[in-house]
Amino acid sequence: MANKWKVRAQLKGGTTTLKALITHPMETGMRKNKKTGKKFPAHFIQSLTVEHNGKSVLNADMGPAISANPYLSIKFKGAAAGDSVKISWSDNKGGSDSHTVKVR
Amino acid sequence: MKRRTLLKGSLSAGLAGVAAAAGLLTPQMVMAAWPKAAFEAKGVDNAVSSLLGSSSLTASGDISIKAPPIAENGAVVNIAVSTKLKNVSSISILVEKNAQPLTSSFNLASVTEPFVKTRVKVAKTSSVIAVVKSGGKLYSAGREVKVTIGGCGG
Repeated sequence: MANKWKVRAQLKGGTTTLKALITHPMETGMRKNKKTGKKFPAHFIQSLTVEHNGKSVLNADMGPAISANPYLSIKFKGAAAGDSVKISWSDNKGGSDSHTVKVR
Repeated sequence: MKRRTLLKGSLSAGLAGVAAAAGLLTPQMVMAAWPKAAFEAKGVDNAVSSLLGSSSLTASGDISIKAPPIAENGAVVNIAVSTKLKNVSSISILVEKNAQPLTSSFNLASVTEPFVKTRVKVAKTSSVIAVVKSGGKLYSAGREVKVTIGGCGG
């Protein structure tokens, strides 16, 4: 699985806008493989957290109905330029990944 | 209210940390905190009551949902939810006609603005419902998204 991240945290007027694009198949478990007739096993992100300098900003639970390669955007206050914002996720197969960006 | 959630959060995190350190919990078990029943629930009421403990929703005009009126590809529908309500602790997004209506639930910290933008799958023409928990009460708003198959915008 390719673990590519596109994340940007931009500060404007005291509010930081975080935009994140995560690479993940988000397989629902309903889709069938046409060749074999078997269902693709479910594989999706279950929980996602966003931390600003180690403090939790967002704690999300996700289901398979989030689109493949999830996009997320949130806004939060209290960050300064250069602060670190960390996003991490874990999926139903025990996989997980995290990525840290600097506020700009 | 705030103190209670903080206590609860730190306590459960602490416990999970201790248990994980002791090697008692496998990763699978740690993730049991994921509200499985809510995500597998059929019907909006069941999902909401399983997730948030109550299905009494108050319709609110202060919640705005940005969604395309017509989606040509139901697999990727942009949804943005924002609200003017104060003390928002969570925002959940549900798609009424999906087999499992709950798509996601976002628990917001106090510094986080009540705004969430993401992309969801919409199986067929359905209303997209945002449930906002504000000051312990649940508020909701809905918006219709029409899914066209074949991309013929009709």
